Amino acid sequence: MVHIATIVPISLTVGANRIVPGVAIPYPLGDPSKSADEEKLIRRQLVEKALKALQTEVTEQTVFKDEE
Amino acid sequence: MTYRVVHYINQFFAGIGGEEKADYKPEIREGVVGPGMALDKVLGDDAEIVATVVCGDTYFASDVEKASVEILEMIKKYNPDGIILGPAFNAGRYGTACGAMGDAVSKELGIPVVSGMYKENPGVEMFKKSLYIIETPDSARGMGKAVPAMGKLMVKLLKGENLGSPEEEGYIERGIRKNFFMEKLAAERALDMFTRKLKGETFKTEYAMPVFDRVEPNPPIKDLSGCTIALVTSGGIVPKGNPDHIAASSAQNYGEYDISGVDDLTSDKYESCHGGYDSTYACEDPDRVLPIDVMRELEKEGRFKKLYDKFYASVGNGTSVANAKKFAAEFSAKMKKDGVDAVIVTST
Repeated sequence: MVHIATIVPISLTVGANRIVPGVAIPYPLGDPSKSADEEKLIRRQLVEKALKALQTEVTEQTVFKDEE
Repeated sequence: MTYRVVHYINQFFAGIGGEEKADYKPEIREGVVGPGMALDKVLGDDAEIVATVVCGDTYFASDVEKASVEILEMIKKYNPDGIILGPAFNAGRYGTACGAMGDAVSKELGIPVVSGMYKENPGVEMFKKSLYIIETPDSARGMGKAVPAMGKLMVKLLKGENLGSPEEEGYIERGIRKNFFMEKLAAERALDMFTRKLKGETFKTEYAMPVFDRVEPNPPIKDLSGCTIALVTSGGIVPKGNPDHIAASSAQNYGEYDISGVDDLTSDKYESCHGGYDSTYACEDPDRVLPIDVMRELEKEGRFKKLYDKFYASVGNGTSVANAKKFAAEFSAKMKKDGVDAVIVTST
């Protein structure tokens, strides 16, 4: 399981092990200030990051921040 | 007046036998049996044990409903004002029997019920909300401690006296909230607590936070190409009109929605029913919370095998941890059965 969550401290508190930070509370996977294409790209990058998190070995709660 | 109390014990404490006699059928005897003698002394002039129910633990556990009804009938004949069960210490079946019987008595007869158990007895978790359970040591060596506390609490309940806090009375917290006035204002109490903390002294919180459990991280999925991936959200994305009436806060349920053939969540068919954030943007394009559009793209590109054809949604706005756990346990079992390999949960 991977948790895409805007409020990372809550996700850590409840015990998620793989966490991907979202964009903002009302739109964790979007950004209405961007064009539709740009927004979809942001969403795609986040989902890809989540998929990568699922494929990554973790031994403790891990927040997957920016792309390395 | 002297109140009438019926005492419930198992076959072991009645001196009938151990495990080999655990299927002993319930019976009721006049007066005290076994630990009832000491208990009767604690009750003093206020109350007396008029009868004792003896029942084998296995007998009770093998058909709780039947045993409860049988014993309830026996108890009724003695017209009791209160029931004391056990103490069961750390005996699981005995504790469960005491709890179930106490629960039945309190519901059917509406009279005070007191039991005694070790805090880890499974009967505690199951029945602490239904009856007063005095916290006892884990074995019968603690009888001398358990019996006076149980007897005293029963007398208080029979007389209708006000009870103190669980710590003062020695019973296990039942989750009941009671309003009362403190002498000091909250600000003063907070400062007191803070200074005690700074000094490294002990302090007691006035509001215990829930304890969240931890799980070991699952191993990674090296290759996603054969995987079915599901989407779950606490962000309240539901079909338009919120057909399952999921509450905007403190949700009592979750929804399961079929998305086979759905490539994109659009505002004419889906919306957010979440009451804890401004849902304007989520209603405009629900993919902003539940990324179906992108998941479909990645599915077509073969990044993984399949997007699970259902998604689960609830609202994580003041929803109790207990409810959230219950929802997740249910739908996780369904997903597991359907061969889902991984889940992406989105939260606003």
